[in-house]
Amino acid sequence: MSLITNINKVFDHRIRLGIMSILMVNEYADFNMLKELLEVTDGNLASHVKALEKAEYLEVEKQFIGRKPNTRYNATQLGKTEFKKHINALEKLIQKGT
Amino acid sequence: MARSIVLFYFVFQSTLDMESKDYLKDISEIKNLMNKSSRFISLSGLSGILAGIYALVGAAATYWLVMTYSNGTLYLDGWIFRTVLLILFAVAGLSILTGILLTTRKAKKNGEKIWDASSRRLILNFLIPLVAGGLYILIILNQQKYGQAGALMLIFYGLALVNASKFSIGDIRYLGYIQVILGLICALFPGYGFWLWVLGFGVMHIVYGAMMHFKYDVKK
Repeated sequence: MSLITNINKVFDHRIRLGIMSILMVNEYADFNMLKELLEVTDGNLASHVKALEKAEYLEVEKQFIGRKPNTRYNATQLGKTEFKKHINALEKLIQKGT
Repeated sequence: MARSIVLFYFVFQSTLDMESKDYLKDISEIKNLMNKSSRFISLSGLSGILAGIYALVGAAATYWLVMTYSNGTLYLDGWIFRTVLLILFAVAGLSILTGILLTTRKAKKNGEKIWDASSRRLILNFLIPLVAGGLYILIILNQQKYGQAGALMLIFYGLALVNASKFSIGDIRYLGYIQVILGLICALFPGYGFWLWVLGFGVMHIVYGAMMHFKYDVKK
């Protein structure tokens, strides 16, 4: 039963896992980059980003590039630690399952 | 009480089996996204083979020129030297052009964008050691220190490959190590510079391009 304790409810969604995967290997990613890589709609992505932001797993940084507003995200230390725990738990579950 | 625990256990077990397949899919998707977002993987192996062939043809032409018209010694002025330089630039230009064309084609096939954050990062990290080295070589050539230029080109090219490998197919790193080692040997034995260039820019590109081609392009 202890297996399940490391499974993180916040990550319990394909898109959220995707966002975190991208932020694990990139210093930061902007909204459009996430959108293109994950192939999701604006609204859908925004809601998942918000959930991760609320858990303090990622930070939002708003800035202007020329005149265009640009929103970019980076993973917090907490977010990275939790993501690693989650992945380890997933891998253990898979080993048990097969 | 005990029965409900047992029941719960069975329900839990069966959902676990069902979900483990999804988790497996999750993990593979995570790996895929990590690679796709940080590495540009559409480098074409075929373009490596072709670059090597251009280099060998260029080397053969140079060898023939120097042997027939200059008794085996390359003097640093006159039309032979200028022709050799021309061959050098032609080989480099053709290799870059072929690389861009074939890589664009492969990226299109992979559904990867040719000009995005990952390819920009790859090019930037490749160019930093290469441009620094190139400028350095121009400076020492300008000071009439010709002896080490060939070795330095191999070394800096190798370092550029090692640096770029973090943002592309990781295997490029080993090609970089080989070029650096050949460059160091070239610095020790400048007399064999020509053959080390043939080995580094010609043969190694063909061998490596072929390995990449069969490892990544043919399988799919």
